[in-house]
Amino acid sequence: MGKKNLYSLAALAGVVLILPPIIGNPYYIGVLVFVGIYSLITIGLSLLIGYAGQISLGHAAFFGLGAYTSGILSTRFGLSPWLGVVAAVFLTCGVAFIIGFPVLKLKGHYLAMATLAFGEIIYIVFNQWAEYTGGPSGFGGIPNFSLGSISLESDTGYYYFVWGIVLLIIFLSLNLIHSRVGRALRAINEGELAAACMGVDISRYKLKIFVLSAFFAGLAGSLYAHFVTFISPGTFSVMFSIVLLTMVAIGGIANIWGAIMGAALLTVLPEYLRVFRDYDILIYGSVLLFIMIFLPDGLLIGIFHLFRRKENLP
Amino acid sequence: MSISSQLLQYIFTGIAIGSIYGMVALGFNIIYNATGIINLAQGEFVMLGGMIMISLTNVLKLPMVLGFFISVGIVTLIGAGFERGAIHPLKNPSVLTLIIITIAGSILFKGGAMFIWGKQTYSLPPFSSGSSVRIMGAYLSPQTLWILGIMVAVMAALVFFFNFTIIGKAMKACAVNKTAAALVGINVKLMVLFSFALSAAIGAVAGIIITPVALMDYDRGTMLAIKGFAAAVLGGLGSNIGAVIAGFIIGLIESVSAGFISSGYKDAIALLVLLLVLFLKPSGIMGSLEGKKFKK
Repeated sequence: MGKKNLYSLAALAGVVLILPPIIGNPYYIGVLVFVGIYSLITIGLSLLIGYAGQISLGHAAFFGLGAYTSGILSTRFGLSPWLGVVAAVFLTCGVAFIIGFPVLKLKGHYLAMATLAFGEIIYIVFNQWAEYTGGPSGFGGIPNFSLGSISLESDTGYYYFVWGIVLLIIFLSLNLIHSRVGRALRAINEGELAAACMGVDISRYKLKIFVLSAFFAGLAGSLYAHFVTFISPGTFSVMFSIVLLTMVAIGGIANIWGAIMGAALLTVLPEYLRVFRDYDILIYGSVLLFIMIFLPDGLLIGIFHLFRRKENLP
Repeated sequence: MSISSQLLQYIFTGIAIGSIYGMVALGFNIIYNATGIINLAQGEFVMLGGMIMISLTNVLKLPMVLGFFISVGIVTLIGAGFERGAIHPLKNPSVLTLIIITIAGSILFKGGAMFIWGKQTYSLPPFSSGSSVRIMGAYLSPQTLWILGIMVAVMAALVFFFNFTIIGKAMKACAVNKTAAALVGINVKLMVLFSFALSAAIGAVAGIIITPVALMDYDRGTMLAIKGFAAAVLGGLGSNIGAVIAGFIIGLIESVSAGFISSGYKDAIALLVLLLVLFLKPSGIMGSLEGKKFKK
């Protein structure tokens, strides 16, 4: 995975470690927990969209499946949150496998529409299957994680727990990108026919990466449910899939670090800008449009290029 | 109500809503034929048409007919503006970029509508005040006839436009072969602009005529777009006759399943139909070859 990425990972781990004492305020540490949870999803989406070139407008549904599985099992069936996570991840991966098999045969706009339709269907089920999901108003009372006698209820404790997982996932993802699988995925992105001719089993790789990204999203959903302890369908609407896409686009789509930056930016900024409250859709739309037209490589690289271009002028 | 008159009632509803899906599908086709783009913001044109009409007639008290044409005009300009602002500046965009751009446009319109009209649901009076006609125990409202009539008129106008006007023929030529069209002197970029304007106009008409029946709010666009797309695919992407027929099929499936299975899951059932068509027969009922481009 290269020395540069290893140093970056170590630097991120350092920042993660020292942030809570510096910030102090438990509310802002809570915000950083959300950054961690959303980062898990955007890392998976970056792998899927950026590296394998397969779009998904339905990842909010996988996030929701994780959250609802965990939530329902721990509240209605008294299952331990730890088993809940395992069940959530298994169910999400299972659904991703079943839906991914036919969906990933589609390309481009058809793939986008199919994943969008899948996301809407799951959202409708969350709303309608009121017996278990609590319908449009959702349900609460989801227990927090606890480790033996140590409860992870405190924001700081949960912060370290979530970010520990995020660091692990980044490490795994970076390894994946710089492995045989990663090269195969990029080959698929460059041209499926060429990749197939070189002996890449394209449908298997596409399905694998789709299930992996669903795994991350399902895990994130479970972590979310046991943190906020209350879930309702609104969180998992198609709009959230588009917000996730915006996060990934800000980071530059095929960029793991960018995916984390995008998640951080779109989670932390709304906390400071009151205007975001009512007009969030308008702002997400403008940001996404602006990035795609003017900075298709993402905010960081885009700004970097802008400055470099200026320097090169006589 | 007996089962048969209930069924007939659902069929009337299905025809009304199906006409709308058919018109959304026509909008998809026009842009797809000219550019190869599936405009995911297509549903927002429908929503904007309905919302602007509501403001013009309910707030500004304009007469219906005048309000109708002004609303369609405004949405047409919005469609053209979207093409100039978001599609035109792109140089050799990838399919992924185009998908994300039209999705971004869609939520931008949605956000703009929420900014202007808020989150309330609005209604519009029916076009004529006559009472419903009773046929075999089911009620057929005059608005359903308006919807059907206007849809047929739009279809006829499109046939005329594409076969008997120079711009229409030029757009058709672009759909067949862009390079050849450019070689005979057709301004392909301009035709792309026209295609966005035209499909926005059709979307707006659909939005205006459905609002008296189905009401309208800022958040309707996405679902209308997905179902319209379902109709476009089922009809065979690019085929206008197919789009209209498939629109009726989707509308009927939706309203009958809402009546007999579950009204809460009616949208999910329509979407399942879309997924099934995509998985099993992406070329659609009219056997268009276009769909094959999207599938291995």
